[in-house]
Amino acid sequence: MSAPLLEVTDLVTTFPADGSRAAVVDGVSIHLEAGEVLALVGESGCGKSMTALSILRLVPRPGRIESGRIELAGRDVGALSVNEMRRVRGAEAAMIFQEPMTSLNPVQAAGDQVVEAIRLHERVSAADARARTVELFERVGIPDPESRFDAYPHQLSGGIKQRVMVAMALSMSPKLLIADEPTTALDVTIQAQILELLREVRDRIGMGILLITHDLGVVNELADRITVMYAGQVAEEGTREDVLARPRHPYTQGLLASIPSRARPGEPLAEIAGVVPSPGRFPSGCRFATRCFRVIDRCRSEAPEATRIGEKHRAWCHVVAAEEGKA
Amino acid sequence: MGGYVVSNAVVALLGVGAAFTVRAVRRSRFWSDAARELARRRPLALLAIAVYVGVGLADSVSWIDAAGGVQGVEAHTPRSLIDRAFPAGFQERSYSAPFAEVEFYGGAPLEHPGAHWFGTDILGRDVLHLTLKGARIALLIGGLTSLIVIPLALLFGMSAGYLGGRVDDAVFFVISTLASIPNLLLLIALILALGRGPVQVCVAMGVTSWVGFARIVRGETFKLRELDYVQAARALGASEARIVLRHILPNVMHLVVITFVLLFSGTVLSEAILSFLGIGIDGSWGQMIDQARDELARDPIIAWNLAAASVALFLLILAVNRVGDAVRDILDPRTLVEDL
Repeated sequence: MSAPLLEVTDLVTTFPADGSRAAVVDGVSIHLEAGEVLALVGESGCGKSMTALSILRLVPRPGRIESGRIELAGRDVGALSVNEMRRVRGAEAAMIFQEPMTSLNPVQAAGDQVVEAIRLHERVSAADARARTVELFERVGIPDPESRFDAYPHQLSGGIKQRVMVAMALSMSPKLLIADEPTTALDVTIQAQILELLREVRDRIGMGILLITHDLGVVNELADRITVMYAGQVAEEGTREDVLARPRHPYTQGLLASIPSRARPGEPLAEIAGVVPSPGRFPSGCRFATRCFRVIDRCRSEAPEATRIGEKHRAWCHVVAAEEGKA
Repeated sequence: MGGYVVSNAVVALLGVGAAFTVRAVRRSRFWSDAARELARRRPLALLAIAVYVGVGLADSVSWIDAAGGVQGVEAHTPRSLIDRAFPAGFQERSYSAPFAEVEFYGGAPLEHPGAHWFGTDILGRDVLHLTLKGARIALLIGGLTSLIVIPLALLFGMSAGYLGGRVDDAVFFVISTLASIPNLLLLIALILALGRGPVQVCVAMGVTSWVGFARIVRGETFKLRELDYVQAARALGASEARIVLRHILPNVMHLVVITFVLLFSGTVLSEAILSFLGIGIDGSWGQMIDQARDELARDPIIAWNLAAASVALFLLILAVNRVGDAVRDILDPRTLVEDL
């Protein structure tokens, strides 16, 4: 079997906090095959975006990748020079961002920005790049692509802007697409269209998609496998059915219980009490212990190991370990 | 002195530059649309600026010869197109009012009765001639100073804002130090050190006025650096230099346009203050105003030389401000109203 598209092993990314460095991503391992959609799920501040940025080596200063290994199609990303890394970005692994409103340069025509993305990696004439851009616009479902080419971002709607972002990301047919909350800023009908678009490009080009979101509805639509993160660590991972239908980690269970549509009218919405502790203030032992409804003594003193539940299903939880009889 | 050769060369260079600019503007739809829109919105101000620039350029092309009955020293000094528009020896002994037939004091007949449209000054020089010659100085002050200030401020401001850290500390140290010295004091010291030539005065004014703009650019760059599209460009594999040139610089250009306008009018006006202090550029409108100051106290009042210089100064600055305002609106795509 060939190397997986993306293999992240024990990634640690730190930021300075209170005089020392706090790990916002702490020993995360994920892997992704071509043509697969892996969803990285968790609350705000759980380190999922930082994991994604680490993969492209785009962690903003003063943060830095402390240790761990990132392999993209068999190449060690950490060993690449700055220039090599630049060629990887966009060409082999592209990223789309949360905010289509601010992800396009306001003083450059939308089409020109896609042309720029193409010409960063390939020597093509302006006319060819334009033709390819119009084609891309058509492919991502932008109506009237010729005239949209010369439109400025403020003249486009949020949905069209996100499509332009997707067109930019697809311009080099990357093997890996990192989608950081691609639908969060869009309204529901546009969300569905963008998800449909992502599914389509995955099927057609066979690219792997790393989908970062806190929206479990989006996850259910698109993901093949799910990795649930909490406080910089992986809490549970498995196939979509494993995690959504048979969640084992109390955090995953809490997340699923908090989906508003599951609440009954007149009753207060379910929630997970408390907030994610800030990096550097993580409790010793299991990091979820402070908010867990099934907490046992052991959780407060000892960090949990992975417990295998199914073929691909694993959870990092003492309670689950005890239930599975492996503790 | 070969100063006039340099001046002629500069005019030639400006001509070539203008030709290239016009060609580039014609080729790009965006720029030719912008130019047309500007002409539609500000025809009068553009016309005024064109007149000023035309006069300034005509006064910059000069050569030495003895044509037109010129004799003596004048035959051996370079005279510009503007100088040649006036007859040789176009001078009186002292003040005369506009279109006057006789001198203001004493009533002796003039050598050129009725020919001085704006009158003459205390030395009998034609005020219209002096005013026209002032246009070149004003354009030089405004243009050259802006040309010094804007690149300087962009370089320092953008590197401080984009790179941050030590570079930011160093640049801000320079900015704070310069800002802590009273501007006028520094200006006077620099002019005394460098000399009183037009270029020296422009350099002195440039050095003292880049600080404010650099600070604005730094702040704006700081803000832009964190924006998603900069991050997005990086994620697409754009280099740092490319990000600065394609994504940050165009987004501070509206500031450059505004600053150019403010600087232009600001420096032309502060030159008038320098002239008041006696360290301005010879032949500037500021100097004319300064010299006319004493004459206001006379009775009957002598106002024509003051009025000519002031109106010329006022109209230039008004026109530049009007055009700059429109340029900013036109070039900023966020203010476009039409829909696609």
